[in-house]
Amino acid sequence: MITSIARTSWLNLRRDRAAAVLSFVVPLVFFSIFAGIFAGQRNSTSKVRVAIADEDRSPESKKLIDALARESSLEVRRGPDSKQPAIRFDARSVDEYVRKGSAPAAIVIPKGYGAAPFRFGGTSAGPRFRILADSSDPVASNVISGMLQKVVMTAAPASMIRAGTRELDRWSGGLTAQQKSTIEQNISTFEKRPAAEKGSGGTIVGIDVVDVLGKSKKNPIVAFYAAGIGVMFLLFTASNAGGALLEEAESGTLDRILSTRVTFTQLLLGKGLYLWTLAVTQLTVMFLWGALVFGLELRSHLAGFVLMTAATAVATSAFGLLLAALANTRQQLGAISTLVVLSISALGGSMFPRFLMPAGLQKVGLVLFNAWAIEGFTRVFWREEPLSSLAVPILVLLAFGVAFFAIARRLARRWEVA
Amino acid sequence: MQPLQIEDVVKSFGERRALDSVSLELREREILGMLGPNGAGKSTLVRTMMGRVSPDSGSVRIFGQTAPAGDTESRRAVGVVPQEIALYPLLTVRENLGVFGRYHGLDGSALEESVNKALHWAGLTDRAADVTKTLSGGMKRRLNIAAGVLHEPRILLLDEPTVGVDPQSRERIYEMIESLRERGVSILYTTHYMEEAERLCDRIAIIDHGRIIAMGTQEALVSQTIGGAREIVLDCDMAPGAAAAAALADRGASIDGTRIVIRAEKPAETMAEILAVAAKNALPIRDLSMKRPTLENVFLHLTGRELRE
Repeated sequence: MITSIARTSWLNLRRDRAAAVLSFVVPLVFFSIFAGIFAGQRNSTSKVRVAIADEDRSPESKKLIDALARESSLEVRRGPDSKQPAIRFDARSVDEYVRKGSAPAAIVIPKGYGAAPFRFGGTSAGPRFRILADSSDPVASNVISGMLQKVVMTAAPASMIRAGTRELDRWSGGLTAQQKSTIEQNISTFEKRPAAEKGSGGTIVGIDVVDVLGKSKKNPIVAFYAAGIGVMFLLFTASNAGGALLEEAESGTLDRILSTRVTFTQLLLGKGLYLWTLAVTQLTVMFLWGALVFGLELRSHLAGFVLMTAATAVATSAFGLLLAALANTRQQLGAISTLVVLSISALGGSMFPRFLMPAGLQKVGLVLFNAWAIEGFTRVFWREEPLSSLAVPILVLLAFGVAFFAIARRLARRWEVA
Repeated sequence: MQPLQIEDVVKSFGERRALDSVSLELREREILGMLGPNGAGKSTLVRTMMGRVSPDSGSVRIFGQTAPAGDTESRRAVGVVPQEIALYPLLTVRENLGVFGRYHGLDGSALEESVNKALHWAGLTDRAADVTKTLSGGMKRRLNIAAGVLHEPRILLLDEPTVGVDPQSRERIYEMIESLRERGVSILYTTHYMEEAERLCDRIAIIDHGRIIAMGTQEALVSQTIGGAREIVLDCDMAPGAAAAAALADRGASIDGTRIVIRAEKPAETMAEILAVAAKNALPIRDLSMKRPTLENVFLHLTGRELRE
């Protein structure tokens, strides 16, 4: 009897093309948009474009520009037209370039930079770099300023040593001629060594950045959004499909069903079974799409995916029944479900990762079942934790599912007998 | 033991008393008409029989067994056709019948046989593969009825099954219902169409404001309320003059322009007297008729209101 009820609902969905599209295609579109925005089908942050005008035109300034161009986070433009590399920026044209919005910021290397690249001791004397910034992108100018400091320090180590020696000479009471000669000889030897030995692209403080979570994944951020968007749409679909109960009550079909051998508990269980199979199908379609289009590693995480999908579907399907039982009309259900689903999706981490939220909001997430669903999927696909780590999220989801069903059954008594 | 027996059923919704000490019985192989205006309590009574409304007091017995609200055993003996088109509009005709057959506990070849029989009975075999929402109003009504008899119930509750149906389709539905009676099904039929009650029902219960105000065969109801009186209607080419009007009024006539209506206990004598008055006053007669009292007259007599008010 319960399977007959679930089967009837599937038949209805198959006929209702618009509902089927809403159930399966719209989530994929949203998922693709989010994945596209945040992952962009690559793993790195977008490069910051910077235009550079070289007023110094010295070997030192050329070295500096080359070093900036080697930085992975910068996209260096030396002239206004990439097809005409001979035309280089000057102070005026680079200003215009930023004003037009072609780059968020520009660097003007001042005349005299090559002669005195470093300014130790807080002196205000000597040439100063200018960064021309478009304030609509406040991050870009800060990134460029930081990168410029770093590259100036590391791109010309010989100049750095000479400048340091001059300062040492000044503050130590004077170096002997012998000492100066030895230092100069060593600098010349240092300059002749191949770039690799000097520690190319080196930093003042040795830093190695290791991506411990994402390094082994083809497209790590997609795993997060597949779970987040997937769970949010499960909630929408479940509340919408749960509304079939209200339609049946309004159309008299519920009267007819309850005049057959079907009991109300069987009816709710049948609807729940339909919602569960719908949720499982929806999540499977979502993750398959993620695997095919965005390189999500589904095959290697299949067991965790199956467990989490089954448990998540229990909680979301019972939640759909609960919302339907709470509402008196389809319109009421629409309003309640939009408000509730959007709120708990935002707090539960569907739109924005919970680990980036303030501590207080992270705690709120613990009482939301969808947060546990996303947490479980994150443990599978992102943290690659063992299956045993899923025990808590799965138990919490099942407990939520049972509680939701029990409340829905109680609320639905008003339909049973007047 | 009667198929369905209702004794002293009372049901109130808040302050409103929907059923007020209702008692009736549905006999074997009869069609019992439940006639009353909208809001009289017909649907509440049907829902009480279905077990969907729990009475405040009184009892509903199905084949002698007290049927508690929602009891599944009593549901097996009873088929229900709600007033609304209670079908899945996106499913085909066959799928709809299959769904409700399964809900009634049928499966396999028994289900298929039952669906095929129902399709044939409702004259929908050639539309079996069509999506239900594409059917005409009359066809939907027929399917609505067919979905209620798939499990071959011994009692059928039909709640206004012809609402919004054209006369031709209505006739087809009457034939379906009469064939059920021939098969031995006892039918409770609610309607606010008096012609329908007169055409189909063996007995009629008149319900108003939640109370059964009269019950019996059509003839019994007429003789109990109106007696042997007949209504004589005289249509003239011109309104009667003062002398003729006075003579007609003496005989109990009501005059409305050129139409004169007289309720006559002895129709033959009254008719002769009227014709004499017309001849004496040179009143040109266009038409003269004598009408047998209808259920409409019975309802008017009992309540002072028209049935469709």
